[in-house]
Amino acid sequence: MGLENVIAEALPEVLTTRLDSLINWARKSSLWPATFGLACCAIEMMNVTSSRNDLARFGAEVFRASPRQADVMIVSGRVSRKMAPVLRRIYDQMPEPKWVISMGACATSGGVFDNYAIVQGVDKVVPVDVYIPGCPPRPEMLIHAVMMLQEKVMKESVRDRKDAPDAEAREAITPGTLPVTDGSSLREPRKDQPLPYTIASTHEKRRSF
Amino acid sequence: MSELQQPESYTEVSQPASPQTPSQIAAALQREHADWVSEITTALGETTIVVPREQIVAACEFLKTTPDYEFNFLADLCGFDRGPEEEPRLEVNYHLFSTTRHHRLRLKVLLNEEDAHVPTVTMIWRTANWHERETFDLFGVIFDGHPDLRRILLPDDWQGHALRKDFPLRGYEPYSLT
Repeated sequence: MGLENVIAEALPEVLTTRLDSLINWARKSSLWPATFGLACCAIEMMNVTSSRNDLARFGAEVFRASPRQADVMIVSGRVSRKMAPVLRRIYDQMPEPKWVISMGACATSGGVFDNYAIVQGVDKVVPVDVYIPGCPPRPEMLIHAVMMLQEKVMKESVRDRKDAPDAEAREAITPGTLPVTDGSSLREPRKDQPLPYTIASTHEKRRSF
Repeated sequence: MSELQQPESYTEVSQPASPQTPSQIAAALQREHADWVSEITTALGETTIVVPREQIVAACEFLKTTPDYEFNFLADLCGFDRGPEEEPRLEVNYHLFSTTRHHRLRLKVLLNEEDAHVPTVTMIWRTANWHERETFDLFGVIFDGHPDLRRILLPDDWQGHALRKDFPLRGYEPYSLT
């Protein structure tokens, strides 16, 4: 096409830029979500990729079937206590860099389900980058969240998103083997023990539990 | 018009002869096996038989295999908690249905909280397997002889039984990964 010709004529042969800018630009332009639908919000999430809303305009339409190929986890719906270890495991299986969008009132705060079965906010399980209100949010709101995430990606540094060291990853506790409902650490955090299921990423260590 | 008429066999299947109503079945059961029936309740057109725990398997077997009754379908098996101050506290309800005769019957077993054991009916209706696991999970009723009595809805390490009246709505512990 003629685009290359225009660029070649308009720009010099050598450009200087910050490495962060270049890599973040590449990352934000292909945010691939993991295929992970939890409840009715997932219906709206599917709608986002349809021809009417067309998330492909922002480079995030490729829902990958494997977390190994995904960059974003869209938590679309209420997280039950039984699903929480599964969700954490999928998050751990995603390679860095990875981001999380908490979609809808239930994923964000438990929503109307203030009961024993539902985790009151997915940020108790994984670190969340963007929250979306709504029950369910409209597809436009999810697109807005993706665009906000793109802005956030552009502000990050490559150093923030390193993989966990190999030694730490090898010693990490196998997901799903720990008691889930023992809440004693909420009252008295145990500093001597590593976080469960965790190959904690650098940005996760900042979160307050 | 003759093309649109239903075949004769179809009308026969859709409207089977039901020689006995559920209350008649209950009365007959009380006549033949008085020790199986401790109480009969009829309300809102539904008949409920309270069966002693020791006789529930025999009663279910009888109702399923007797040609006049033919309750070949266990529509539901569920628990019920009357509350911690009630005695007996727990119920197990068996909702029977006959796909050939189109009649329904409800059996009920009353259980004390300290001795919440009831024999399994999985050998009669295999669908009872998951229903009994659910009742065990949410009410803590132990089904003796069940082939695989594990929790089915809640996590394996759950404490307590969630649908009992004295279970706190938000659970005993706030959720935490650690």
